[in-house]
Amino acid sequence: MELFDNLALGFGVAFTLQNLMYAFIGCLLGTLIGVLPGIGPLATIAMLLPATYALPPVAALIMLAGIYYGAQYGGSTTAILVNLPGESSSVVTVIDGYQMARQGRAGPALAAAGLGSFFAGCVGTLILAAFAAPLTELAFKFGPAEYFSLMILGLVGAVVLASGSLIKAIAMIILGLLLGMVGTDVNSGVARYSLDIAELTDGIGFIVIAMGVFGYGEIISNLSKHESERKIFVASVTGLMPTKEDFKNMVPAVLRGTALGSLLGILPGGGAVMAAFAAYTLEKKTKLRPGEVPFGKGNIRGVAAPEAANNAGSQTSFIPLLTLGIPPNAVMALMVGAMTIHNIQPGPQVMTSNPELFWGLIASMWIGNLMLVILNLPLIGIWIKLLSVPYRWLFPAIVLFCSIGVYSTNNNTFDIWMVAIFGVIGYLFIKLGTEPAPLLLGFILGPMMEEYLRRALLLSRGDWSVFVTRPLSASLLAAAMVLLVVVLMPSVKSKREEAFVED
Amino acid sequence: MNIKSQKDFFSGLMFMCVGVAFAWGASSYNIGNGARMGPGYFPLVLGVLLSVLGGVITFKALVVETVDGEKIGTIAWRPLFFIIAANLVFGASIGGLPSIGMRPLGLIFGIFALTFIASNAGDEFNFKEVTILAFILAVISYAAFILLLKLQFPVWPAFLTA
Repeated sequence: MELFDNLALGFGVAFTLQNLMYAFIGCLLGTLIGVLPGIGPLATIAMLLPATYALPPVAALIMLAGIYYGAQYGGSTTAILVNLPGESSSVVTVIDGYQMARQGRAGPALAAAGLGSFFAGCVGTLILAAFAAPLTELAFKFGPAEYFSLMILGLVGAVVLASGSLIKAIAMIILGLLLGMVGTDVNSGVARYSLDIAELTDGIGFIVIAMGVFGYGEIISNLSKHESERKIFVASVTGLMPTKEDFKNMVPAVLRGTALGSLLGILPGGGAVMAAFAAYTLEKKTKLRPGEVPFGKGNIRGVAAPEAANNAGSQTSFIPLLTLGIPPNAVMALMVGAMTIHNIQPGPQVMTSNPELFWGLIASMWIGNLMLVILNLPLIGIWIKLLSVPYRWLFPAIVLFCSIGVYSTNNNTFDIWMVAIFGVIGYLFIKLGTEPAPLLLGFILGPMMEEYLRRALLLSRGDWSVFVTRPLSASLLAAAMVLLVVVLMPSVKSKREEAFVED
Repeated sequence: MNIKSQKDFFSGLMFMCVGVAFAWGASSYNIGNGARMGPGYFPLVLGVLLSVLGGVITFKALVVETVDGEKIGTIAWRPLFFIIAANLVFGASIGGLPSIGMRPLGLIFGIFALTFIASNAGDEFNFKEVTILAFILAVISYAAFILLLKLQFPVWPAFLTA
């Protein structure tokens, strides 16, 4: 079996002492930062990215993947113990998880989240490994028109499945695309929108945007709330093991969550958030067994299913990134940036030209998942201690690490001035109720989209019909249209809003 | 006419302004045509699209009723000012300000300055506590970034080392 040969190659790469160590450090750092309330995976990755600069590419990517999983896991811990979703994908975990914690069942809730995620992670990794090769084959059939249409589909998917106002999300994507235009145009050499500032001819750094908007913007908005709104009630944890009854309830929920998560993760724009929401809704629809706690009151299925789903989703969302080079969500957009810094252009050619990196990364994802179970369950006491660190000590530290991180990317203070500007902009976005995640996605895709559009139209001599006459491209665009139409239908529209305001 | 949703009204305005600015900027570059796109083509299209969307959002904010008027609310000037100021002062200490002839004051000074300024953004400010925090952060950063990751930062003030 080719799949097993590939996986064997991957594990060979991942099981070197050095790479195991980086996976471990990544998971540890990711959890450490991810546990802190109010810091999502995006800010965590942006903040820790500079720590990987000095590493060789394989090790750096392995560490980054570890950071990503760690941040996601850490977020669930925070959600369950303090009723604060660290990131959007654990919003639903809060509902039943926190109720369990209040009833003194924080241990089983954490175990359900941990074991559920681990199982989902294993399945996700297998799916990723199985689908990678055929999809890469397909990717080689893609011309510029197909890539352009695929990006449209991805962007549409990202806004359709995002929460909040659809039209504002689309506007944010376009704003992101425009920000991506800043800098030297590769074809003509013209420095666009550089305002005669030398540093801007290289474009705006994506770390600058990520840290300014997600780091500083969030901090300012957090600080503007009164202390009482940030009040943290930390539940105590006694006994980790779920009961036999818990397991009986948990297992089918985890299975359903994993299946749903894997599916939604592959779809462009899907990813972890939608997976978690969908899984929770599905669990709520299934009938309660006699004597089972109702949902919203601390049902273990309400923790296990969304956690499994979001982990499976975050795993399979690597598929479009690694095979097509197209980031399906903002976190993956950050990964593209990270890979580019290490001189890897994500896309179908990675697998053929750099198989050690490709399969090593996949193998280390599984190892990362395993490490997280080991890290999280026995060490839970340490994470709880971290949660009790007051915010007034945390935020100066976050500001500091953002500043250092930004400066160290280019050793240039210009980036620090830029991050200040984007911090203000980020706060403005929060105040105006516009979601910044689509902006980052647009920003990363901007230059790529322009390039593919340009090439497609150059080949067709300016004939726009090329996007609909090529079958692959046409079906991608049709899929995007269908998505948009479905979401705009009145019945679905109200359902969608319902799903996102879920008590 | 009443504004039905403040948030949407102003975000629509923002999108319109930015869209127009980018489209106007694009017109100073060579636009070209579909088959041979100039550097201005794509940004022009996007800029126009963004201003149209901004217009629609603003229009909807004036017409469609919302429950609570979606007020923007008060702006948190205090955290906004101190967080951004802390960041700027840190930048100035680590890189210096060549334009006014200021030489770098180094990482350690920068960390203390940043911590003290940023701490003002919170609800309470306890001098002793902030000093301890700054000290701890300085030690951690020195160990992690200078000793472990070997990043090239000026650590001490330039007038001491030079």
